Amino acid sequence: MIPVSYYLILSAIVFLTGVVGVLIRRNIIAILLSVELMLNATNINFVAFSEHLQDLGGQVFVFFALTVAAAEVAVGLAIIIALHRSKSTINVEEFNLLKW
Amino acid sequence: MAQLFFGYFAGVIALTAVLVVALKNPIYSALSLLVMFFHVAGLYVTLHAEFLAAVQIIVYAGAILVLYLFVVMLLNVKRDDRYHGQWRIAGFVCIPLLLEFMILLAGGIAASPGPVPAESTGGVTGGNTLAIGETLFSTYLFPFEVASLILLVAMIGAIILAKRDVGGDAPQ
Repeated sequence: MIPVSYYLILSAIVFLTGVVGVLIRRNIIAILLSVELMLNATNINFVAFSEHLQDLGGQVFVFFALTVAAAEVAVGLAIIIALHRSKSTINVEEFNLLKW
Repeated sequence: MAQLFFGYFAGVIALTAVLVVALKNPIYSALSLLVMFFHVAGLYVTLHAEFLAAVQIIVYAGAILVLYLFVVMLLNVKRDDRYHGQWRIAGFVCIPLLLEFMILLAGGIAASPGPVPAESTGGVTGGNTLAIGETLFSTYLFPFEVASLILLVAMIGAIILAKRDVGGDAPQ
């Protein structure tokens, strides 16, 4: 029987890796992949607590998180394609139109 | 035995998560994310969430990651070799968070309560998929419908965003 805190540690490591990835990568596709890492970290947490508390609500919530992740990927990749069409790059440092 | 499986899955998940961030080529990042998804699915199986493991493989590895690889190869980007200049901020945010979490957990492991006995859900007798289906279509019926609306909005939004000329003859 694995204690639930081990899952918490694993989830924290994966989540922080995702945060670091969002902050340090320049490629916008890699940034979206890091967002996927963070979503998976939360999903691991949900399933671990669903097993720990014997409550299926956690697994159902992972189901919804998966739905939202799929929607996010579709819209995010469409935005990336539109950006690449207008600027011919996907380096986030080139996108400074709203910066002052 | 359970510890062995957990150690294997957790090790591979942590390693591939670091690789997703560390590798320069986005295709390699996406492929290591694929390995991570499979091991997360394995972790779900050890947590008695077989339905979610199957959905994880089908949706994440089968649909989302293929979409990523499709876009990476469609855009045909050159390799971006350097990291962003924000790595100091990243370290400043994340290392204290990780340390704090470790300290909290080191203090809290001894005090964590044991698992709740398995009588609180009811209707888990027919397997994981049946139980999830019954919960999803009774308790969570309205969120389920809202999720379908989210998917519809995302589909329309993706088509509008990626379409070349919306409603007329925009240049380019």
